Amino acid sequence: MTITEKILAKAAGKKEVTPGEIIDAKVDFAMMHDLTGPLTVESFEKIGVKKVWDPSRIVITFDHQTPASSIDAAKNHILLREFANKHKIVHFYDMFEGICHQVLPEKGFALPGKVVIGADSHTVTYGALGCFATGVGSTDMAAILATGRLWFKVPESIKIIARGVLKPPVMSKDLILHIIGDFGMDGATYQAVEFTGECISKMSIDGRLTLCNMVVEMGAKNGIIEPDAKTLQWLKGRAKEKFEIIKSDADAEYKTTKEYDANKLEPQVACPHSVDNIKSVREVEGEEIDQAFIGTCTNGRLEDLKIAAKILKGKKVSKKVRLIVVPASAEVYREALDSGILKILVNAGALVESPGCGACMGCHIGVLGPGEVSISASNRNFKGRQGSPDSKVYLASPATVAASAITGKITDPRDFYA
Amino acid sequence: MPRAWVYGDHISTDDIIAGRYLAKHDWTEWGKHAMENIDPDFSKRVKPGDVIIAGKNFGCGSSREQAPIALKAAGVSAVVAESFARIFYRNAINQGLPVLTSPGIKNEFQNGDEVEINMSEGWIKNLRTNKVLKVQPLPNFVLEILKEGGLINYLKKTLKK
Repeated sequence: MTITEKILAKAAGKKEVTPGEIIDAKVDFAMMHDLTGPLTVESFEKIGVKKVWDPSRIVITFDHQTPASSIDAAKNHILLREFANKHKIVHFYDMFEGICHQVLPEKGFALPGKVVIGADSHTVTYGALGCFATGVGSTDMAAILATGRLWFKVPESIKIIARGVLKPPVMSKDLILHIIGDFGMDGATYQAVEFTGECISKMSIDGRLTLCNMVVEMGAKNGIIEPDAKTLQWLKGRAKEKFEIIKSDADAEYKTTKEYDANKLEPQVACPHSVDNIKSVREVEGEEIDQAFIGTCTNGRLEDLKIAAKILKGKKVSKKVRLIVVPASAEVYREALDSGILKILVNAGALVESPGCGACMGCHIGVLGPGEVSISASNRNFKGRQGSPDSKVYLASPATVAASAITGKITDPRDFYA
Repeated sequence: MPRAWVYGDHISTDDIIAGRYLAKHDWTEWGKHAMENIDPDFSKRVKPGDVIIAGKNFGCGSSREQAPIALKAAGVSAVVAESFARIFYRNAINQGLPVLTSPGIKNEFQNGDEVEINMSEGWIKNLRTNKVLKVQPLPNFVLEILKEGGLINYLKKTLKK
């Protein structure tokens, strides 16, 4: 069995599962946030159960609209605070901690061998630490809150072998954009995507989280990386409970196996209006931009801010452009502050905002107006994603976004990286 | 008779209901903005019972359950597509919105064609061309959930037992 199959078998209390089989799985941790939480609470209350299944296994974060950007957003926060209070939710993170998909790994909920389900599509991020993690909607989440269980179809697995090493400023974001371009937006629908190979072994945890984060953009149910020494080191002092390291069997079966060579990879960009519309940055160089955004559950981590600072050090953001930087979490924020990264970014002219989802989805800050163009280190560029349906979003790595902010045009970061 | 609203491949949940409308917790309001990013007149012109016909990967993107809610609130009675993104698929069933898969369906319909669907027998008919197409059968427990109008009613019923 693959790592995904083994984790699901364990959660279903079975010796073995096969792809296509429907199982009833025990959930280890469940997460909801300020935008999917209110509907979850509504569904939970409609089910009519008095108590949640386990107040110590439910995590609530505020991140999409923090601090509140409207009265409606504030009402959602109030509603969830009351719910957290009423049900004595142990792990309730009000708006001080940051994005759920950074907070759950940091606080030690995303652990090898566990099943972690979130009411958010980018829950797939946590697979980078060796757990089965996927996103569901609010009513499924309500069913978990009530019972601690949910049905799943066991996915088939795709194995992606990444050979070689990423050459900075080429980042794991470029690798996953390239892979999505190859598979297409629905190329991995309903399937587990397992990453392996030299490139992955050498990749930082920050980079691995980015990689797994975006598998949902090709339709995958989950992304996963076998835990290694780096994983265990990262989890030291974080893990909320004991965990079991699960790995794929040597004779595990995969629907597809694909290989990629990181050595040859150039900076990539997803052009409007779909995430699989991939070109190399060189091909679209010179396209003028109005906004540059570094942040989100995809690229708001320390490694991302660090490379942006390296590129922006001693430089100025173009006067035609606003560069918005949003650290993914309070921990990232503090580390970036202590290490001087934020100072470099602010001196370059960046607008640094408090941790949260920021400009990713057009419902908080950095909303685009008609005709505006953004280059964004986020994960989606659907029409109207960051504001007006008449705006355009290019997706790229934080390095590419930083270089583009300097020139005011889409720019290859290799031109600014010594 | 229900009419068809035909869309292409990869209709995302941002297309179905934009992020800017999610904070206001109001089902009717979500219905008013259904499909707005790609079809601003949809909610004004759709009639109760109408059906969405689409290509592959319908509902890709975010996990927002406001997407099937918005379609239902706008009056949509079913979505028939060549394939669905997985979270939308679950959300739609949980909200009691039938989601039916039929390969090649997109090219068999034009906007405004009258549609007849029979879920238990597994077919969809275009009354303009008189062509009948098969839809993939839904598992029994999914049909049960749809029969109850969604997962909540289904759970209420089963948890009582």
